[in-house]
Amino acid sequence: MQAFLNQKTITAAFILLAVAFPILTQNNYFIYIVTLSFIWMIGVYGLNLLAGYTGYLSLAHAGFFAVGAYSLGILTVKAGINYWAALVLACLITSFIGLLIGLIALRTKEHFFAIYTLCVGYILYLVIYNWESITGGVRGLIGIPAPSNIGPISFQNPLSQYYLVLFFLLFTILMMYRIVHSLSGRTFIAIRNSEELAQTIGISTMKNKLVVLVLSTFFAGLAGALYASFIRFIGPDIGYITITFDLLMYLLVGGIGTLAGPIVGTLLLVWVSQYLQFLQDYRMLIFGPLLTLIIIFYPRGIVGAIYSWKMKLGKKAKRTSDRGKSSGHDKGTGSMAEKKVEEG
Amino acid sequence: MELLVQQLFNGLTVGSVYSLVALGLTLVYGILHIPNFAHGALYMLGGYVTLTMMLLWGLNYWLAIVISILVIGLLGVLMERLVFHPLRKAPPIHDKIAAIGILLFLEALAQLIWGADYRTMSTPYGQVINIFGITFTMQRILINVGAIFVMVMLYLFLKKTFVGSAIIAMSQNREGAHLVGINTNKVAMLTFMISGGLAAIAASLSAPINLVFPGMGHLVVLKAFVIIILGGMGSIPGAIVGGYILGFTESLGATYISNDYKDLIAFLLLVIILSIKPQGLFAKGGH
Amino acid sequence: MFLETKHLTKQFGGLVAVNNVDFSIEKGKINAIIGPNGAGKSTFFNIISGLHPSSSGQVIFKGKDITKLPSNKIAKLGVARTFQTTHLFEQSTVLDNVIVGHRLRTKSNLLDAVLRTKRFWTEEQKCREKAIEVLDFVGLTHAAHKMADSITQEEKKRVAFALALATDPEVVFLDEPAAGINPDETEGLALLMEKMVQKGITVCLIEHKMQMIMKISDKIMVLNHGEKIAEGTPEEIMGNQTVIEAYLGGSVSA
Repeated sequence: MQAFLNQKTITAAFILLAVAFPILTQNNYFIYIVTLSFIWMIGVYGLNLLAGYTGYLSLAHAGFFAVGAYSLGILTVKAGINYWAALVLACLITSFIGLLIGLIALRTKEHFFAIYTLCVGYILYLVIYNWESITGGVRGLIGIPAPSNIGPISFQNPLSQYYLVLFFLLFTILMMYRIVHSLSGRTFIAIRNSEELAQTIGISTMKNKLVVLVLSTFFAGLAGALYASFIRFIGPDIGYITITFDLLMYLLVGGIGTLAGPIVGTLLLVWVSQYLQFLQDYRMLIFGPLLTLIIIFYPRGIVGAIYSWKMKLGKKAKRTSDRGKSSGHDKGTGSMAEKKVEEG
Repeated sequence: MELLVQQLFNGLTVGSVYSLVALGLTLVYGILHIPNFAHGALYMLGGYVTLTMMLLWGLNYWLAIVISILVIGLLGVLMERLVFHPLRKAPPIHDKIAAIGILLFLEALAQLIWGADYRTMSTPYGQVINIFGITFTMQRILINVGAIFVMVMLYLFLKKTFVGSAIIAMSQNREGAHLVGINTNKVAMLTFMISGGLAAIAASLSAPINLVFPGMGHLVVLKAFVIIILGGMGSIPGAIVGGYILGFTESLGATYISNDYKDLIAFLLLVIILSIKPQGLFAKGGH
Repeated sequence: MFLETKHLTKQFGGLVAVNNVDFSIEKGKINAIIGPNGAGKSTFFNIISGLHPSSSGQVIFKGKDITKLPSNKIAKLGVARTFQTTHLFEQSTVLDNVIVGHRLRTKSNLLDAVLRTKRFWTEEQKCREKAIEVLDFVGLTHAAHKMADSITQEEKKRVAFALALATDPEVVFLDEPAAGINPDETEGLALLMEKMVQKGITVCLIEHKMQMIMKISDKIMVLNHGEKIAEGTPEEIMGNQTVIEAYLGGSVSA
């Protein structure tokens, strides 16, 4: 029970801190950086559901991110559609493209899937780069509007944008929590462990993988769309492979296949990057080997390392105490508590 | 007609380069079942090492290539030892991510050492010759002749030497190879060495007609992946034939369809292939 | 007829892995398939469970042709199977690993999960109860909350049984359940199989451990080079000249 209390407090503390952060710092630059990391986190969560929980490494997520961003940009700038309608449409367009690609890509496995999606990502990039009449080509799109007002609430200043992005991030996390802690989540994990086994226990792997891919691209698209309206300018570079690598790195350092991983990894790396500004384009000199070392020594990242460390402690503690109550009960109340925290 | 012949020749040249890169990729895949995403970085560094040898030490083009082959080959071995060997039993997602880590690192390293500028490599073979009213540059002829020479040498090495046949044996059956006393570790290292060497040759030969820059390996290696899926992952003849097919398709596509979208051809080809055959064109049936 | 194969054939390229096999599984009995290594036993299982398409022939389950069905649909009809090695999610408990086994009998979808509907809660509970029940059945109640990476080889075998049983099967195909465990543990698994039959679940297994097979099976089929060379009761098989020759002449791996 203590572990769950712990988790509950951590979640509550995180939300409180996130809400209070702008008031605490009063520094617009910090607010800007954290808002940006929140946007990345949403994309990383999308990737995590697919690569972490279902075992399919997509290397096309920068492409989907860019599709979300460009959809929003084109719909608002060129078509003049209302911002919120454009935001919803951007997510739907991205998921739809995800669905189309998934129908073919998910017939492939492992290496083929990774290579296939790498190429899909490149195709998306090339199309954005070359389709000048719509995307503005290499010059990109400028003048993307900030989110339009909802009643009296305006999203013109950094502070309100921060809270808007935080809202979407919390929404994403709640969704992820509920998906992962459900029969659907267990189904995805079963597919990751062994697709053959999953199939022989009656799981339609193709259908489930498709659902995951669509969801995953939905969040990539949402992140992209928010990015576009936050930065207000987009160029084809946001669809390039380097962005996929960034997302992957945030995920891996934090912990692939864990719920807290995307937050930890993104915050840490974005923060570290700020201190490595002098390195600029050379930051990969540090992050490249870091990524490789992490995958060799800590395949489940920081969060995974903490888990296994706790597990060892737990085992020691267990030997001394009696065997706990039914953990089924624990889990039920645990997730109830979590639900309350996240909705409150 | 002249245009067509010219384009076919261009296709042959581009195809030669693709084949060499794809060969290195397919060899490594055959032995270790790793799609080495860092292969593009080896290619790129191959170009830079040759360039540096020529500019800094004023070395002869050929000597510079030899040094480049050695340096990049050793780098390949180092990669195998430090990264892929420790990960050989890890889940399949891990080695791919590790390879990406290496790729990022090597690219940043190249940018640190040589800067982000596009460099040109001069060649002693800049002459233009005219055959039947069609112009060829010597360098392009050299690429074709050089690539075919390397492929023949590789073929002889794999077929006629003991070490070469060990590589073939291991790519067919790793456990079996181990059982008959082949040192699988040594073979893996050697394969990475050859793979790196091939990348260095490809880059050094093609650099004078292209440019040398940190991102030069991206597209080439992506296309090499398309090629080895086209030709069958791990298949050596497949990599060669696939390379030339893609080379021809691209240069004809660029002329008769669209130059802007010529890079898309390879990927569309892949999308079509995998849509029809999810395991690649030459997948073995069942398990 | 409960479950039968008619002229079942599987070719890989030029190789015939399973050749024209007619076999019927008797309901409520322990059926065994034996044969030297490479005789096509696992391939036979893979075709029945829908993992590999057959080249020709049919699989009929309770009068229904299931040859072309995907494996998940076959599982839903009540045909479960285990593998020689079971990949468990090691960072999770045994119970958590088994819960998903009952997923095929539930209807809740992603929307239920996200909205935490009533159906979500009842079905979560249903799957959890099922997992507890089957873990109890295979004798793993004590290990339910252990991490999957900390259990013994024999316990892993039992988890594989539990996972198959959680699907509410009518027939279970067990691929070498006793491989890699000691004679005492083998004895225990044999008892478990008999217990499954008593509960009304038909068992069909591939096994190399002859002593166990001869003791527990009601019916045995012998495969060699993909062909059925004999079929009958343990006594009949033991006295069959072709079988003895196949084992002595082929690789003596059994």
